[in-house]
Amino acid sequence: MSALGIVGGVVQPVLIVAGSPLLVGVMRQVRARLEGRAGPGVGQPWRDLRKLFGKERISPRGTSEVFRVAPLVLVATTLVVAVVTPFVTTDSAVDPVADLFAVVALLALGAVTLALAGLDTGTAFGGMGSSREMTILALVEPTLLVSIFALSVRVGSTNLGAIVSATLHDPVRVISPVSLLAAVALIIVIVAETGRLPVDNPSTHLELTMVHEAMVLEYAGPDLALVELASAMRMSVFLGLLANLFLPWGIASTATPIALLVGVLALIIKVGLLGVLLAAGEVFLAKLRLFRVPELLAGSFLLSLLAVAASFFLA
Amino acid sequence: MTTPPTTPHTPALGDPVGEHRTALTVASGDLVEHARSLLDQGYRVALVAGHDDGDRLRAVYLFTAADPDRRVELHVPLDKAAPRLPSLAALSFPAGRFEREMRDLFGIVPVDHPLPRRLVRHFHWPQGWYPMLADAGDPPEFGDVDGPYPFRTVEGPGVYEIPVGPVHAGMIGPGHFRFSVVGETILNLKVRLWFVHRGIEKLFQGRRPADAVELAERVSGDTTVGHTLALCLAIEDACRHPVSGHTQRIRTILLELERLYNHITDIGALCNDVGYGILNAHAQRVKEQLLRINDEVTGHRLMRGAIHPGGVTIAALPDLGRLTAIGADIAEIVALALGNTVVADRFTGTAVLTPTQAADLGTLGYVARASGLTTDARHDHPFLAEDFRRTEHTRTDGDVLARFLVRAEEITYSLGLITSLVQTVSGQLTTAATTPTEPRPGQSSGVGIVEGWRGTIVHRVELAPDGTLTRVKIVDPSFFNWPALPVALADTIVPDFPLTNKSFNLSYAGNDM
Repeated sequence: MSALGIVGGVVQPVLIVAGSPLLVGVMRQVRARLEGRAGPGVGQPWRDLRKLFGKERISPRGTSEVFRVAPLVLVATTLVVAVVTPFVTTDSAVDPVADLFAVVALLALGAVTLALAGLDTGTAFGGMGSSREMTILALVEPTLLVSIFALSVRVGSTNLGAIVSATLHDPVRVISPVSLLAAVALIIVIVAETGRLPVDNPSTHLELTMVHEAMVLEYAGPDLALVELASAMRMSVFLGLLANLFLPWGIASTATPIALLVGVLALIIKVGLLGVLLAAGEVFLAKLRLFRVPELLAGSFLLSLLAVAASFFLA
Repeated sequence: MTTPPTTPHTPALGDPVGEHRTALTVASGDLVEHARSLLDQGYRVALVAGHDDGDRLRAVYLFTAADPDRRVELHVPLDKAAPRLPSLAALSFPAGRFEREMRDLFGIVPVDHPLPRRLVRHFHWPQGWYPMLADAGDPPEFGDVDGPYPFRTVEGPGVYEIPVGPVHAGMIGPGHFRFSVVGETILNLKVRLWFVHRGIEKLFQGRRPADAVELAERVSGDTTVGHTLALCLAIEDACRHPVSGHTQRIRTILLELERLYNHITDIGALCNDVGYGILNAHAQRVKEQLLRINDEVTGHRLMRGAIHPGGVTIAALPDLGRLTAIGADIAEIVALALGNTVVADRFTGTAVLTPTQAADLGTLGYVARASGLTTDARHDHPFLAEDFRRTEHTRTDGDVLARFLVRAEEITYSLGLITSLVQTVSGQLTTAATTPTEPRPGQSSGVGIVEGWRGTIVHRVELAPDGTLTRVKIVDPSFFNWPALPVALADTIVPDFPLTNKSFNLSYAGNDM
């Protein structure tokens, strides 16, 4: 465990927790402005969270501990990912956990726990949302694994820090077919995982079309705040992962203050830019019919498979 | 749709009682034969109303037919102690629904009705209390649930139920939807409405016609002009009060303005329901412009206060230049929506209502026209002397796309109609501010038929000799169109329900008086 890793392990979660709601705010504001609306401002998600955290805890009758624990598990798993993944520093605080499989498993664990909580409410909407989320998750997780795996083949390690460092030292890799195929697959996966258009509509009020929102329909107050915060953090984590796997420049590889500052700024700029691009792209998209979503995700899986094949044959 | 026979016309039933309208009093035993004969001649059941005449009850059946405009009433006197009628449900689906409504409100029992369950009054209303009877008094306290009111349960492996409402996440009216689904496919949908019964028909009773307008304006907030105009036409019919072509042209302009702002709202909302928010933002911008035009024309954004019995009062005529610009804006929104392949894919083939289903259920308005029917009261029951061509619809497959396109095409048609009418109406903006002439001696009745933006609105009024209203029966097209929603949704997937529901966009308040 290096000093760099420890510093990263402290700076990264603070940055992600504080910045994620702002990222959501920026994305909503970009979309609002592009649609010709004034928008509520970048700080609105934080204001919403402050309001929700100030309310009393309340849970529906008949729910079990699963329902109450799920938001904590969701936040905790995302927080661990925020600590270990190379976002600001190439070294990780807990290096063995900064592994491709561990990170993907942690993110999946959060999603599955939330789906269980949706089932735990016993309402039709919770069950419906969970069923849809699991359908999407089952198609997304393999793609996520395989596409990052394609990048790890050349490095010979599934450690994310190692993959990022390797790209940093050999920038030509970014424009290889492997990288491009994996990047496209990963973008589709991230759109599906974070519940954005065209897979899910984050701003809908129509219960029957919801995926993510239907699962968390019964949450209120601080629990809802945790779920919302975790959703925002997952978005930052996914975008940060995407940014650093393909464009790692700026990331701190020494523990000097200047390098760390550059690392932090680089992450903010990269994730912010990706968020803005995602939000701007959403303006032109409509939501797919639910039964068309598997076709999209199957396409992304095919791309990730091609990336793996290419990484073996073009290496 | 059955085409009405052109020649030779069977002589109209009964005595003339109003514009294009005859009435015949029949015994309850002869009702079915008369109804069958009328329906065979191409008439439809437009309205069925119960009446409390003091010593006895009376059911009135209004049948209408188009081309030429014909309206026939059958009056059936009933014994107040045991009011019973033979059911027409086997002949006409809407008649069966009217009978259930009449039973709930008047206690008139339809004999041999295939579905003799409550419709208007929910199970928490006490049985044996009929709100429309003259001696009903104040509504009793709601007590315990009076008898079961079960939903049809669908059983089988993997079938589960999704209950939605009556309180919804969006700003819409109250309705309970019970989906029985397998996976995501809807096997059965039961819509339970009637959560907003306001007793508005009873509030009309005893009012002077001029005081009734404010109620008609509030029957359904988005159909202010449609309902007010139907009521005024009915009152003018009852008073035999002729209204000038000039007045009717201005009224038609208002009616089309109402159609415009509601249709563009729906077009935006349909885009929003498939996640294409930017078009909704622009549709709302256009809607706001239209509401401001309404405000300039009538002094009210929803055009309240403009139409009154015997006349119409407006402040200005709509600015044609701005309307033309709005028309171009709307055309662009529609083109952008259909140009997006995902939007087109979501609309196409979703929730198909076949022409047979649409005709059998008696659907009206854009729902009917999207399924290939030609029903349109602007042509079937015109109150305007001028004859305008019917809107031609390019797509009549009965899916969401067809209902979307019918609205878009009606917007173009309405803009054209407004333009040509504004050019013929010049100068005089206020007509006959006075109420109509005294009603004819004795009891008189009148019928007003208007093609509101949702479809054909029918009002039937009865006036006492002193000119006060004794009975107003209001039929909104939503009453006919609601049963079509579950039919169209069979084998549709649950996430497509909100889109389908929006494409029908039926009124909760207009359905439940």
